Amino acid sequence: MSRSARVAGGSIRFEGKEIAGAPPSVMQEILWRRMAFVPQSAMNALDPVYRVGKQIEEVLVHRGNYRREDVPKRIAELFEMVGLNPKRQNDYPHQFSGGMRQRVGIALALALNPALMIADEPVTALDVIVQRQVLDTLKDLQRRLNLSVIIVTHDISVVAYVCDRVVVMYAGEVVESGKVKDVLEQPVHPYTMGLTNAFPDLGRAAGTLVPIAGSPPDLRDPPPGCRFAPRCPFAEPRCAQTSPPLVTDEKGHAAACLRANEAPMLREQARDPARWAA
Amino acid sequence: MGRLITVDDLKKHYPVSRSLKEMVNGERPAVRALDGVSFELEERESIGLLGESGCGKTTTGRLILKLEEPTSGSVTVDGQPIARLKGKALKEFRKQAQLVFQNPFDALNPRLTMEQSLSEPLINAGAPKAEFSDRIAAVMKQARLPRIKEVLPKYPHQLSGGQLQRIVLARALILGPRFIVADEPVSMLDVSVRADILNLMRDIQRESSLSAIYISHDLALVRYVAKRTLVMYLGRIVEDGPTEEIVLRPQHPYTKALIAAVPVPRVDQDRGPLPIKGNVPDARRPPSGCRFHDRCPIAIARCSVEDPALLPSAPGHRVACHLVAKA
Repeated sequence: MSRSARVAGGSIRFEGKEIAGAPPSVMQEILWRRMAFVPQSAMNALDPVYRVGKQIEEVLVHRGNYRREDVPKRIAELFEMVGLNPKRQNDYPHQFSGGMRQRVGIALALALNPALMIADEPVTALDVIVQRQVLDTLKDLQRRLNLSVIIVTHDISVVAYVCDRVVVMYAGEVVESGKVKDVLEQPVHPYTMGLTNAFPDLGRAAGTLVPIAGSPPDLRDPPPGCRFAPRCPFAEPRCAQTSPPLVTDEKGHAAACLRANEAPMLREQARDPARWAA
Repeated sequence: MGRLITVDDLKKHYPVSRSLKEMVNGERPAVRALDGVSFELEERESIGLLGESGCGKTTTGRLILKLEEPTSGSVTVDGQPIARLKGKALKEFRKQAQLVFQNPFDALNPRLTMEQSLSEPLINAGAPKAEFSDRIAAVMKQARLPRIKEVLPKYPHQLSGGQLQRIVLARALILGPRFIVADEPVSMLDVSVRADILNLMRDIQRESSLSAIYISHDLALVRYVAKRTLVMYLGRIVEDGPTEEIVLRPQHPYTKALIAAVPVPRVDQDRGPLPIKGNVPDARRPPSGCRFHDRCPIAIARCSVEDPALLPSAPGHRVACHLVAKA
């Protein structure tokens, strides 16, 4: 987080410990060791002047207390885990393709066996075939290492392919969450309905892509009531006054919409592109 | 409809530094970015160039725009080989052929207002100053940019990605080109904005006599804007046909793999393993015979020896594969 930003409220508990606003000394114990991050476009996150092995070594030695003589073996292990030739640990980042650099980023995150891996847009800049290969590796590692994974993405298809649960966010708030199947097949929040409409599906007939008119609100001055109301085709006058609470049903499917109980009807209407016209 | 562009046996090789052994043997290694590509584009036609990084799709686009010169082969626009264009004729060609950039956040000069960015092509083309404001207003309308007066004095950092991509598109259209080359025009945009821009490009093509070449690795996106698709692999076209036909009945094993890899926004229980092996080989030393044979799930002995030609498999559909029945 940028230094000028602060946690204005709320709490984050990780393995029973409160970490929202925790001092660097506490975070240092957790980051890399229990929780690791794969930044967006790992290609730019690697230092171009160091061999990739050297960059993993830093984490292993300084954070993981590895002895230097054990390092090459661990790196080889990590490289094999993510599907890279261990011989390539002596190469520089520019010698790798985009997909391979993403794999290096994942290897780096896994160096100290964390419990949680957070990956920001892990495949956004990659070709479709490489995307699929990297996602297959991620899925496989998640299962084999008993890893928890949070994927941050705008790509519904990545969520559909890899994730068990999904949290849909809009303008700084959670608008819907639940099992991926429930949320994608029976969205309750109009924003989620809009997102699924806007996404091309090669497996179905080429219909029209329906964009959500307008753009996200200025967060310095968010709209009153429901933040999506100004763009929502189903907004009623009350939506601009009352902030909808996040209500969870018995299946664990939650949505923050005042018209949540009308969802089946709204889903029907949301299929009509004319509904979404600006 | 007349023929607009003819691409004939186009090759582009980029020389790379030689090892001592290669010097002694008199070899001249090169990255064969493009290695014999031929196709035609009709007036008002829109095609997609589909393939992975390094397949030559961007190089093809750049050669057609005469941003680079081919190693061999030719590009003919309106019956005129563009290799020989000079002076006035070249300037005229530049008006007719426009590029739509991939990343709207990089494509506009951060120190110019939208009005200045849109005026630049008009200044370069020597349009009379008195026409500027009308032409800018007209092209912004074409790009569906509302609130013209509000947007024009703004700088790139004050606008959203969707607005910027509309400006980039407007700037490409302002001189009334015959065709545009759009290189991954929506890859940097969010999902809902993406849909918006794709719809816009489709509308603009319907409303005008513009031809377009879309370059992308994602068939799901190409499908919305291009009637015909050319699939490229390692500097060659491996399949060429109507986009819907390619989506529904892909012929080449590489096209099949590409389609299997395209992500779908549904919880698919069983997508099966990817029908392709390994990574794209080194373009300095493309595999013998069919360039795809070492990754192909159905390759036979013949494939590693004999280079398949791009031959018709059905009317309007060409495939370069020994194992696809010829028409």
